[in-house]
Amino acid sequence: MAGPIPAAASPAPTAPTAPTASASGSAVHPRVLPMGDTALLVQVSDIGEVLALEARLATLVRRGEGVWASVDDLVPAARTVLLVSRPGADLGALGTAVRDVARTLDADMRTLDEDKRTLDADMRTVEIHVRYDGPDLDEVARLVGLTPRQVVAAHTGTSWQVGFGGFAPGFAYLVGGDPRLEVPRRAEPRTRVPAGAVGLAGQFSGIYPRESPGGWQLLGTTDAPLWDPDRDPPALLTPGTTVQFVDVAARS
Amino acid sequence: MSLVEVLAPGPLTLLEDAGRPGHMAVGVGRAGAADQDSYRLGGRLLGNRPGLAALEVTLGGLHVRAQGDLTVCLTGAPAPGSLDGRPVPHAAPFTFRDGQELRLGMPPTGLRTYLSVRGGLAVHAVLGSRSSDTMSGLGPAAVAAGDRLTVGEAVESFPNVDVAPVPPPGSGTVELAVLPGPRRDWFARPEALGESCWVVSGRSDRKGIRFEGEPVERHTDWAEAELPSEGMVRGAIQVPPGGQPVLFLNDHPVTGGYPVIGVVRSADIDRAAQLRPGQQVRFRWENR
Repeated sequence: MAGPIPAAASPAPTAPTAPTASASGSAVHPRVLPMGDTALLVQVSDIGEVLALEARLATLVRRGEGVWASVDDLVPAARTVLLVSRPGADLGALGTAVRDVARTLDADMRTLDEDKRTLDADMRTVEIHVRYDGPDLDEVARLVGLTPRQVVAAHTGTSWQVGFGGFAPGFAYLVGGDPRLEVPRRAEPRTRVPAGAVGLAGQFSGIYPRESPGGWQLLGTTDAPLWDPDRDPPALLTPGTTVQFVDVAARS
Repeated sequence: MSLVEVLAPGPLTLLEDAGRPGHMAVGVGRAGAADQDSYRLGGRLLGNRPGLAALEVTLGGLHVRAQGDLTVCLTGAPAPGSLDGRPVPHAAPFTFRDGQELRLGMPPTGLRTYLSVRGGLAVHAVLGSRSSDTMSGLGPAAVAAGDRLTVGEAVESFPNVDVAPVPPPGSGTVELAVLPGPRRDWFARPEALGESCWVVSGRSDRKGIRFEGEPVERHTDWAEAELPSEGMVRGAIQVPPGGQPVLFLNDHPVTGGYPVIGVVRSADIDRAAQLRPGQQVRFRWENR
């Protein structure tokens, strides 16, 4: 298995700072793409729209009324939300319903505010304590034209938000951090990245829940328990969670 | 308490059930029995309530002993079973008495045989499922010699079915219906997927079936394009830059970064899960 792949090939110059940021500024016109007879792939223009749409869809799926009752899984990614339903579901009706939801995201500011409230209510802030002793800290500093100390300050200076998961249980692509920290993946992925490694790739930051191969630029390590299947929810970083990195060295 | 005692697991035997839906957003796939039809048939023949765990036996080789009197059933690939040396039926319940030993040989066709037990196998559930997920490592470990698998309480009434007349998996060329995928337009001639014969590679597993054949070429407009990772489904056919398709099965990665040209019709995926390395496949395009 390859390491987590930075999900955007050519990351946007600035990452969105709030889940509804881009949705409130411009219209959301999704492309509803076919994904077999039990799923739909909904494509929007950026991660901001993904988060806005996903938050709204998650509420509807949780309520489970009408067409939404057939949806088992929602999978947000960098530019898409996958809806997986049960065999026999009316995908035509589901596609229409998704388009209607996307329209109200733009046209009805009241709905948008409601979503934001829902999000705020659901949103937790998790502090992640990091030892910034990663093997790529100097290289990241060189790449972005800062000192290592400034890289740490930038990484801890603003909060991040869980955009989406998908690479491995408990792994979260974090978005909305300091835009200066955009770096390419390592040219040579490592065969072993330790559990708890905190890294950067593209516009994302992320933490490896368990030891695996990987190509992210590693800034440090954390002891935070990212994944425990016997906990509910098992993932520490669930969609919508705000993440605040804290420099352990600065605290002591 | 009744038990199934594992004396030898064969090449690969896993505990599987209906799967683990609802956790894809945190990176956990659905897993579950690769051939859901055969798995469900086993449970139905025994009168089990839906979703109980069974053994998914890959290419036979399983050798187990009963502790307590059990009622069991074999479905899927018709691995020849013998109970203390006497042959047992396929797709029909039979009694597996305390102390008896059951051995499965190599199935003449198909890949995965399900050994279901009345009452189900009561291993520890993770996120609501007793399925082994070979991608994430969740769920029970692969079955090993010495394992003692507890049998659950049977609560349902017994069904009045002696034998289910189901055809065994085919040994020749298998045809699979494919619906258009989200990135069909990334390919020069998507219809090429349906024009040639594909051979199942030996590097196939529960994550996906790899095919070998005439490469499916990218459209020149998309030759250098990279796809941001997106959500994947069981049945999706991804085509990496080399042009050799991969058909995702139950333990597929939740997201993937290669374009999906098409998705196998859900009714056909169970048959795909019985394909053996070296077997030939034809894809037939359908438009819903």
